[in-house]
Amino acid sequence: MMDQEWALLLARAQFAFTVSFHFLFPAFSIGLASYLAVLEGLWLKTGQGVYANLFRYWLKIFAVVFAMGVVSGIVMSYQFGTNWSVFSDKAGPVIGPLMAYEVLTAFFLEAGFLGVMLFGMNKVGRKLHFAATCAVAAGTFISAFWILSVNSWMQTPTGYELGANGQFLPGPSWIDIIFNPSFPYRLVHTVLAAYLTTAFAVGAVGAWHLLKDRANPGARKMFSMAMWMAAIVAPMQIVAGDFHGLNTLEHQPAKVMAMEGHYESHPEGGPLILFGVPNSAEKRVDYAVEIPKASSLILKHDPDAPLAGLDTIPDENEPPVGIVFWAFRVMVALGFAMAGLGLWSLLARARKRLYDWPLLHTAALVMGPSGFIAVLAGWIVTEVGRQPFTVYGLLRTAESASPLDAPAVAASLATFAAVYFIVFGAGVLYLLRLMAKPPEPHEALPSDAPIRTSGITPALQVLEGEERHIVETKGGVS
Amino acid sequence: MMDLTVIWAIIIAFAIVAYVVMDGFDLGIGILFPFFRVGRDRDMAMNSVAPVWDGNETWLVLGGGGLLAAFPLAYAIILPALYAPLIAMLLSLILRGVAFEFRWRDADHRRWWDVAFTVGSTVAALAQGIALGALLQGITVEGRAYAGGWWEWLSPFTLLTGLGVVVGYALLGACWLNWKTEGALQRQAVTYAGRLGIVLLGVVLLVSLATLSLEPRYHERWLAYPSVLATAQVPLASMIATFLFYRSLSRRKDAQPFVWALVLFGLCFLGLGISIWPDVIPARVSIWEAAAPPRSQIFMLIGAAVLVPIILAYTIWAYWVFRGKVDSEGYH
Repeated sequence: MMDQEWALLLARAQFAFTVSFHFLFPAFSIGLASYLAVLEGLWLKTGQGVYANLFRYWLKIFAVVFAMGVVSGIVMSYQFGTNWSVFSDKAGPVIGPLMAYEVLTAFFLEAGFLGVMLFGMNKVGRKLHFAATCAVAAGTFISAFWILSVNSWMQTPTGYELGANGQFLPGPSWIDIIFNPSFPYRLVHTVLAAYLTTAFAVGAVGAWHLLKDRANPGARKMFSMAMWMAAIVAPMQIVAGDFHGLNTLEHQPAKVMAMEGHYESHPEGGPLILFGVPNSAEKRVDYAVEIPKASSLILKHDPDAPLAGLDTIPDENEPPVGIVFWAFRVMVALGFAMAGLGLWSLLARARKRLYDWPLLHTAALVMGPSGFIAVLAGWIVTEVGRQPFTVYGLLRTAESASPLDAPAVAASLATFAAVYFIVFGAGVLYLLRLMAKPPEPHEALPSDAPIRTSGITPALQVLEGEERHIVETKGGVS
Repeated sequence: MMDLTVIWAIIIAFAIVAYVVMDGFDLGIGILFPFFRVGRDRDMAMNSVAPVWDGNETWLVLGGGGLLAAFPLAYAIILPALYAPLIAMLLSLILRGVAFEFRWRDADHRRWWDVAFTVGSTVAALAQGIALGALLQGITVEGRAYAGGWWEWLSPFTLLTGLGVVVGYALLGACWLNWKTEGALQRQAVTYAGRLGIVLLGVVLLVSLATLSLEPRYHERWLAYPSVLATAQVPLASMIATFLFYRSLSRRKDAQPFVWALVLFGLCFLGLGISIWPDVIPARVSIWEAAAPPRSQIFMLIGAAVLVPIILAYTIWAYWVFRGKVDSEGYH
């Protein structure tokens, strides 16, 4: 390979690596921030100590997740320039303002109120503290709104004009840019994915503690809440995913062809390939297990509708098929497994065995990481599936990269890999340690708990004091 | 002429100043961290910034994101040119940022996260200073792209500016601790502030003299008659600010030394502005050559005009919530 090709490949590897790591944290913190707002709101409304206790339990976890999301996110906002400078120069006038709005409307909001949320419980009133929690939760959602608008514009660019110097320039309407055709679908699909990721993580923690002590009130409450989310949101997500797929078929048909493994066109209805091994050299799927005409039924709602295949796409515009094909199957399988667990929990509820069915708890525990895996798989489908373009159909990935020497990118990639595995590896370990401790109503602070002069310790003491008070007045609710 | 491009140059400059001022003292505390006693003093130093560091760092994202949005060509040239120092900065900010949480989560390895806090803070400051120096000494541009090698940023001058930023941030950190803490830690901070002030003045003087010899236009900008009458006010004002800084320090004032240190930083920025105005890449690309089209500028200006005052308001509120000395409540 030429040096430039190496540099491009390494830059792509670095972006994929850093964005994949980063995505895991907001996928968790978007849902967790909303969950914390719900818990604190319920605590304010009902006064039940179990909500305050769960709030405090998950707040510690949120702090670690959020910190990792922030620091890995700053890398992303600079990497557009360090490694994709030609893309930045050309697309900057269109996507730059959207990203600036993300900073102004979301990042500052989150960061400004996070301090009060984490350390301010004894410094501001309860309602003001709840407002801070809500501000942080709103910030995570607004952030998703803008960055997914940017990503969607790169997938389905609209509302731009081409400048004489090769730049994409904004057209008369920013609405056309922000609400580009794939954005509403991608936003709904991604935010639901974040909620599901959180629900299954929370559910697994609840299940783990139920397996050890099915009477733990905190574990019961969080498991029940998580399973409601699974039962309601997972089916919604399947519907949302279907709509998103149809939208992709309309605007990025080559991506859907790769997802389906359709190398050939099917004029009389395309089969749904359940499993198989895509063979790009021979342009066919080996060992395919397929349902005749089912793909046409899903995508066109007509079993006999013709479906075009990758044979209609010029080779130089084709995405890599194998990775998109597999990632799509992983995502869909996990989505159905999530809905299945949700249904099972409804059955358990109906039989009054929600807290008393170890097999269900074991299944929920196993499904704990499913949201993270599904989110990454979905991200791979949409990002690899839009190759070989950065701005779909208009700007090629190969023409987007910075003029950097391969050794420079190799060195940075190696350093990123080393630092990320050590730092985020330690972070995940700390998260698991926090999750391994059961939520106890009057659990003493662990010896290694934060000792913060104006920090979390007094806040917890206040919380605990209030809980005790509530317990006394309400006769031991928690 | 107050066109949109000038307004945006001012907004970006404001974001960068806000970042340097606010994250400067966070990073400074990290730089000085190993000199504080393990235990109570270190915990207090970290607690004095724990609730606000994340908001402070966000100004860096606004600086970068704003540059992409308002001056995409500058973003596309500068970031590859400063590749190594910027990647080092990003990785350092990761170490610094997670250390805030991780050191409380793992008592067995707290020592290591304290080291990560210091190394991250120091290297981030050094990289920012090197980046500044590399911009001042000039980067190789051809057409719409960076055309130099991947070590072009490294020179004695950039190492000097890197040192200057490390010392400057450490000074801000020491002044912040003087303001926010009591007892032995405060006395230690006062001693450090006094020493760091002298070192900083020396480095700033060296950087200023070296800058004059970098580009003929810097020289002309500063020393040609009659503009020298105006530019000479900057070093003059710096001397006055230095005097007031040391006077407030010797009078054991809490907040004043920090304020005068900020004034010194402001004057350094003013000096930078005098050297490079109206370029976004000094002596290479002007702000008008790099500017985004008016539609992008107007769209963002509406948002910035509404949102920046709101952001400043709740940022001030967040500082207000955590006002006063970091006391020892919560210790058993």
